[in-house]
Amino acid sequence: MTPRLRRRLVLALPWGWMALFFLVPFAFVLTIAFAEPSEGLPPYAPLLRWSGEATAVLQLNLANFQLLLEDPYYLDAYLRSLRVAAVSATLCLLIGYPMALAIARAPEHRRNLLLMLVILPFWTSFLLRVTAWIGILQDQGWLNGLLLGLGIIAAPIPLLYTDTAMYLGITYCYLPFMVLPLYATLSKLDPSLLEAAEDLGARPWRAFLQVTLPLSLPGIVAGFLLVFIPAVGEFVIPELLGGPGAQLIGRVLWTEFFQNRDWPLASALAIVLLAALVGPIALFQWRAGR
Amino acid sequence: MSFAERPGTAEPWRDPSAEPFLRIEKLTKRFGDFVALDEVSLPIYRGELFALLGGSGSGKSTLLRCLAGFLEPDAGRIVLDGQDMAGVPPYARPVNMMFQSYALFPHMTVAQNIGFGLKQEGAAKAVITARVAEMLAMVKMEGLGDRKPAALSGGQRARVALARALAKRPKLLLLDEPLSALDKNLREATQFELVNIQERTGTTFVIVTHDQEEAMTMATRLAVMDRGTLAQVGTPSDVYEFPNSRFTAEFLGTANILEGVVEGVEAEGVRIGSSELDFDILAEPAASKPLGSRVFVALRPERLRIERVAPGSALGDNRLVGRVRDIGYYGDFFVYHVVLESGKEVRVSQPNLRRRTERPVDWEDTVAVTWDRQASMVLPE
Repeated sequence: MTPRLRRRLVLALPWGWMALFFLVPFAFVLTIAFAEPSEGLPPYAPLLRWSGEATAVLQLNLANFQLLLEDPYYLDAYLRSLRVAAVSATLCLLIGYPMALAIARAPEHRRNLLLMLVILPFWTSFLLRVTAWIGILQDQGWLNGLLLGLGIIAAPIPLLYTDTAMYLGITYCYLPFMVLPLYATLSKLDPSLLEAAEDLGARPWRAFLQVTLPLSLPGIVAGFLLVFIPAVGEFVIPELLGGPGAQLIGRVLWTEFFQNRDWPLASALAIVLLAALVGPIALFQWRAGR
Repeated sequence: MSFAERPGTAEPWRDPSAEPFLRIEKLTKRFGDFVALDEVSLPIYRGELFALLGGSGSGKSTLLRCLAGFLEPDAGRIVLDGQDMAGVPPYARPVNMMFQSYALFPHMTVAQNIGFGLKQEGAAKAVITARVAEMLAMVKMEGLGDRKPAALSGGQRARVALARALAKRPKLLLLDEPLSALDKNLREATQFELVNIQERTGTTFVIVTHDQEEAMTMATRLAVMDRGTLAQVGTPSDVYEFPNSRFTAEFLGTANILEGVVEGVEAEGVRIGSSELDFDILAEPAASKPLGSRVFVALRPERLRIERVAPGSALGDNRLVGRVRDIGYYGDFFVYHVVLESGKEVRVSQPNLRRRTERPVDWEDTVAVTWDRQASMVLPE
């Protein structure tokens, strides 16, 4: 086997994986998005129809995309989802950065333990953890019980099924995705750079702003994207903790797909979401890579 | 090149009335049970290029970090130009450091790196620009201000690090193994340049190094450090010619160590009976130690003469006979490893004066090794 052939074989594995589990499903979704809904199984009409002996007619249905652009209901859901994801990613950054910095500056023998603690929640079911928040936040929950017991409030404050609860849930669940890439960048930072900044007259806070922060930018970008992208399409947390008014794109997708059984429209929703995310992310990564 | 040989320079450390610029007084630093610095006291004078020389764990880096303010000593004082440095954080000290790794900020240009210190002081943009240009000219890097550190060679990075450390005109410049990352030729050239810049700016330099050649060629004075203490302090030639212990004799340069007992003072000098060999060593009278005391005699390889003799040739005062077991050829000199009858080995180095194909002394030759009594350095056991 020539080295060239071997290299191709090695590369074939990830390419095959990508093709099988991303490109093929994506092609299905894309096809369905251009189809017309119909009664039956599957609930959409095929794109290619045979008319006569040897002529096939390709019929692309653009009505789904037109609807998405014209009906403010969908546009609202998109914008709200982007805002929720952006706010959640920012909250994760604000909480996760000090955590990652503290772990990176901790004595070396402690770091693995601290990282374990960050990852530990992953060992229990995601649904269980989100459900646990219901127990904490509901009117008869622990938090209200504690505040009532301490006499800080006179009546339970409604926490569950609010935006606050939703942000709390998303931030809590996605925090490790922010902490890990930040830790990876911060722990690689040469400590003598910070010493040099201080030696040249920078107080600790200014040394942080001028040296640590700009040099950890790749970690910030990576962590932000790792939280932002899945948070845009998040369905479970807003459904379980958020208020009824929060029509996010994940919930809209769910409704179109399972309740209205409008597969073409649901597929079009997914395609538009992907297109809206790919552009900015590519730009982000290109900037960070420089 | 060292201070002692530079014309017209004073030697303030020989003047008891001279006021030190930097006073290190009984400085102690412990890390747990480990004593990194043990009551170190050291006066350093204005304009000196002082070298701290020692192996790893000798305390030289700890001392430097105490001077920079990165470490707070457990006891003792550091007084710089009359100001006690206790509790003064690194960013407030009139001290700058050239780091071993250079620690250049990779996300800033050369000019931004050099101007960083002045920017922290809130200096005006025009002032910073002018000073940066001046520093770039000083290190001969004009026109490279817009480069990022990653686009520079090792030697250029060292220059930027030096320019950055000097941009704020510190009272004291600390250099932590500044040239250890450079290859030999570049290192030697940069050493000269560093000394020139030090003389031009008049800044007091304290340099940490494990490279004895670097310390010898650059320093006005040096301190040999051993396990948190100063083994010896002096000019490079003082310490090399008059080591005060076996440790410094062997640390600075190479030395053959012979054991002996002081037997008496005669007209020719001090007579030291060698306990391990059948001959006597003569040394200068000034080197005398109490009669009967056990001493070490250190002999520098380059102070020894070697000549081929007939087998069975007699031993004598400052004359030993042995067999050549090995010859090291260094190009500019030879090192002969001579084995004595007792099995002890003595190294003799000879300059390679003439180009030749035939060696005057060859492998397995019987040779006599002789030396003048001034070459015998008598050290306490």
